[in-house]
Amino acid sequence: MQIIVCVKQVPDAKDVRLDPKTNTLAREGVESIMNPYDRHALEEAVAIKEQVGGAVTVLTMGPPQAEAVLREAISCGADDGVLVSDRGFAGADTWATSYTLAQAVQSIGPCDLVLCGKQAIDGDTAQVGPGLAQRLQVPFVTCVQKTRSVSKEAIEVERMMDDGYDVVRLPLPALMTVVKDINEPRVASLKGKMKAKKTKIRTLSAEDIGADPQCIGLAGSPTQVVKVFSPEPRGDRRVFAGSVEEQVEQLIECLKPYL
Amino acid sequence: MDYFFTEEQQMIIDTAREITNEKIIPVRAELDEKNQFPREILEDMAKADMFSIFVPEEYGGFGGGCFEIVLAMEELARGCVGVATSYAASALGIFPVLIAGSEEQKQKYMPQIASGKRWAAFGLTEANAGSDASGIRTTAVLDGDEWVLNGTKQWITNGGESEIYTIIAMTDPNKGARGASIFIVEDGDPGFSYGKKEDKMGIRSSSTRELILKDCRIPKDRLVGRRGTGFITVMKTLDMSRPGIASLGVGLAQAALDEAVIYAKQRNQFGKPIISFQAVQHMLADMAIQVEAARALVYGAAKHIDAHPKDMSKVSSMCKVYATDVAMKVTTDAVQVLGGYGYMKEYPVEKMMRDAKILQIYEGTNQIQRNVVGQELNKEYS
Repeated sequence: MQIIVCVKQVPDAKDVRLDPKTNTLAREGVESIMNPYDRHALEEAVAIKEQVGGAVTVLTMGPPQAEAVLREAISCGADDGVLVSDRGFAGADTWATSYTLAQAVQSIGPCDLVLCGKQAIDGDTAQVGPGLAQRLQVPFVTCVQKTRSVSKEAIEVERMMDDGYDVVRLPLPALMTVVKDINEPRVASLKGKMKAKKTKIRTLSAEDIGADPQCIGLAGSPTQVVKVFSPEPRGDRRVFAGSVEEQVEQLIECLKPYL
Repeated sequence: MDYFFTEEQQMIIDTAREITNEKIIPVRAELDEKNQFPREILEDMAKADMFSIFVPEEYGGFGGGCFEIVLAMEELARGCVGVATSYAASALGIFPVLIAGSEEQKQKYMPQIASGKRWAAFGLTEANAGSDASGIRTTAVLDGDEWVLNGTKQWITNGGESEIYTIIAMTDPNKGARGASIFIVEDGDPGFSYGKKEDKMGIRSSSTRELILKDCRIPKDRLVGRRGTGFITVMKTLDMSRPGIASLGVGLAQAALDEAVIYAKQRNQFGKPIISFQAVQHMLADMAIQVEAARALVYGAAKHIDAHPKDMSKVSSMCKVYATDVAMKVTTDAVQVLGGYGYMKEYPVEKMMRDAKILQIYEGTNQIQRNVVGQELNKEYS
């Protein structure tokens, strides 16, 4: 089974700040990490590989330093990494990014399964996974919380819903995005780290993946950020304890001033 | 202090640190309270190749020495000495095979240990054979193509959890120290079972259990090294393993120091943080000085041992005594700095102080270690 995992290098959420002038993320001086959801996608891919055999390729689009996230993925069990990097990709929104990744996936070669994190913690759009599936013309499922079974022909998963889960069966090739509940990512192994150090990362340019210059980067991005702001904090929250009767009493006390 | 680690050594430290921060610290209080063996954490360590550190490369290991083990164990002990002890027991248990085992034994067992699929344990102590290992009563008698073992081992770390046990038994009881031999006993061997599980003061997540050998029959080729060389192998094993215990002391003391400093900066009394009072500052300073000194001695001893000199025993014992005495002192002082809060289970220093005590006792009491140092001095100046 050939599995591709799409990962993104994001600023560590612990230090995220907005540039007050441009309203974009201030990335300077902020440490980059692998998008946390992508770590779960990678772990699931490695677990599937361990179960049914095959290989896991990690794919990222980003500046040359994004190579670090690919090496980290290799130390956690991926077999190799592909970096798509080109000045022309700069300023890509989810539309252009999913186009670029689709071109890259097709350049890498035949693939049975593509895994992505549910969303990236910097943009929080959750659009790239579904967008990529659409570009690749393969079925997809989002918010997977469990892989129930994998065979050469199909994969059966649980899709997390607000009130439980759906069981979804997809013919392969297919794409799925995962939530954090799906697994507990492993700690990078020593042998993995040695391998990550030695592995040569393949870098592909816009030309290498046959990308149309009009469809990538800023030129290919119809999204316009009109305004970015910190939302107003929601109201006060309180948790009541005690017996049901006591909790009801406390609730009534709280509501009285408004009655 | 910068010790200029190699890239490989830094990888070991980083991996152990990640295990400690992500897998050990979040659950250590619960494991301690429930007396629960950290099977899942050890499995995570196996996946991260932690058990391969002390296995030579030709048997699928990372090929590290005493120094690399020390670096790993120091980081793990920062999280929990009970978990670190459970990890270390596998190294201790397989050292006799590494030191004296046949090529066939190494080919068979070392890859299993390196992958972490099977764990080892070391069976030396008995009810009447603690500091005085010559009091061993367990016997091994050759009967055709099999050894028949009889006896009871006590306080065996990883007892009932590991699959591979190195057992010290008397093959010639009349010959005293020259009558002891080491055997590999595996979980499931006929006549081999587990007895009482101990309820301990500290390192409560580790399993400490009796091993019962009742007409336990094992194949002839499970003898490790030559017959009658068991004690020599035991001494060499302990020389190699003691810096590991010392490093548990360093890691634990460092963790207690970290907690004490963080608390002293946050805790306000008389209108200011208690770290601004000289009485507290001096305590913290002494703790930090002792931790650094202990670390330097342990690292030095481990590097000395990795050069395979003849005189390992003295430095090995020295670092074990010093670092574990420091751990006891520093954890006790950390409880003092945290005051009433330090005595409560809500804060981790209470557990750290309980865990520290065993370090002065197991793997040879600190009194026995001082005997070793004294005897070596006596020899050196003769």
